[in-house]
Amino acid sequence: MKQLRNICDGVGSVLALLVRSVGYAGTLPLQLGRFIEQCYLIGYTTLPIVAILSFFIGSVLALQAGYSMQDFGAKSFIGSLVGLSMARELGPMMVSILLAGRVGSAITAELASMKVYQEIDALETMNIPPARMLVMPRLAAVIVMMPVLTIIANLVGWFGGAFVSSHVKFIDIDSSTYFGALRHYTKFKDVANGLIKAEVFGFVVVLVCCSIGLRTRGGPREIGASVTRAVVTSLIMILVLDYFLTQVLLLISPS
Amino acid sequence: MPFCSPPAHPDASQEVPAVGVKVENLVKNFGSLSVLKNVSFEVKPGEIFVLMGPSGSGKSVLLRHVVGLERATSGRVMIEGHDAAVEETRQHVCIGLVFQAGALFNSLSVYDNLALYLREHRVGSEAEIKTKVLHALKILSLENTAKKFPSDLSGGMKKRVAIARSLVMEPQLLLYDEPTSELDPVMAATISEIIASLRDQYRVTSIVVSHDRDLALNIADRIGLLMNGELIMVGTPAELKASQDPRIVDFLHPKFDLHNPRFKKLET
Ligand SMILES: Nc1ncnc2c1ncn2[C@@H]1O[C@H](COP(=O)(O)OP(=O)(O)O)[C@@H](O)[C@H]1O
Ligand SMILES: [Mg+2]
Repeated sequence: MKQLRNICDGVGSVLALLVRSVGYAGTLPLQLGRFIEQCYLIGYTTLPIVAILSFFIGSVLALQAGYSMQDFGAKSFIGSLVGLSMARELGPMMVSILLAGRVGSAITAELASMKVYQEIDALETMNIPPARMLVMPRLAAVIVMMPVLTIIANLVGWFGGAFVSSHVKFIDIDSSTYFGALRHYTKFKDVANGLIKAEVFGFVVVLVCCSIGLRTRGGPREIGASVTRAVVTSLIMILVLDYFLTQVLLLISPS
Repeated sequence: MPFCSPPAHPDASQEVPAVGVKVENLVKNFGSLSVLKNVSFEVKPGEIFVLMGPSGSGKSVLLRHVVGLERATSGRVMIEGHDAAVEETRQHVCIGLVFQAGALFNSLSVYDNLALYLREHRVGSEAEIKTKVLHALKILSLENTAKKFPSDLSGGMKKRVAIARSLVMEPQLLLYDEPTSELDPVMAATISEIIASLRDQYRVTSIVVSHDRDLALNIADRIGLLMNGELIMVGTPAELKASQDPRIVDFLHPKFDLHNPRFKKLET
């Protein structure tokens, strides 16, 4: 019962924070410096790990597909499988998970320590709403950076697949066959689907992490607890939202 | 404008009328813990009111009510006729709070800590902001710390930076939460002098929470003594010194009785 109330409290404060932050969207031109800093933190610093992981995910996809398809003689479809899976599902999913682990945890840690050390209280006495100065620029930045990161993840993943397909002996498909299949089956619609997902996941992750950080009470130990809670909540949100969002997107744009 | 509009020039602040504060039957409970039990007192415009009391008696909680960071269980705090719990009050009256631990923004340099308020509320150009910030730093002899970060400062410096940061807001009401705790006696005296001279210079109303006896007796116009969430007396320093109430006498001049220590009396 108590836990249910906590969850309701949590959802309530996330929504309240959302409304307040969106209300401050008009102040973005006045906070360009913060916005650019957040773009840098969210985009640039996650880029290397996004690239490395998506390369390997693309590679593993190709490897598994090559293994399962070799008996059917369907190896030439590896490109389409990697292309679609990356674009529709794995690209956005992986970028969001990395965002939660790498950026979300840092956001929660920063805001939670500001809360615990009364910096948030100080802002409030100065009439500077934390939602305006701390949350809104981060939300704006994640909206801009998610598509960029996802497109890069897709491209690198596709090349990872191509690399494995042409270099692993039992698959041995040349790049032009691979990319031919990829281009033929992966439509703009599939990529757009994935970008919408990434946009939603990224926004929710940053919002949830901000909200949990700002709701921290107590001392240093609670900062750690908040970070854990923020990352776990983000991961759950990503997976649950993914299911429903996939359903909705399939309804809106059937193949 | 979404903030208490500070006067255009530091010297002009003398024209801003000082504000009075009225605490009316304030009660605050945290769950079953009763922290403030029907506290009432009044702070006159331009006065230095020192709130004394043992640790845990609810002094910080009381201050948080005055800036509107805490909602009262019942009763209210009125600042110049505005309810402190209402958000708009901070647009009518400019209130600065010097937090006990400073609450400096750790990710910003001292200069940026002071400039943040002015920048966020677009008070003048960057050059004007610089003048104001440097002026506030100079008042507290902190000129050399402008580029430092809070983590590089000593305890006394942090307290002074916190005061300077409240000062750039050009507040009409300035609240200090234990400004001299954790400081050496000379630094404590310096801070007391600063509080007194700020009042004389800018006529800001000050509420100082402290259990520093020297500060209270030297700079206070009036002193309130809070014990276990109840205000047991309000009076001038002379009245406090003359009081015969055993609780007050013991608080001001605790006796060291090594053969019959206080903590042993608690056990029986
Ligand atoms: N947010 C809070 N939740 C629960 N209890 C609190 C909270 N803030 C303060 N208290 C309790 O209120 C009492 C008074 O605290 P405080 O005002 O900080 O004392 P002090 O007079 O030393 O400043 C303490 O017992 C403290 O534990
Ligand atoms: Mg205190």
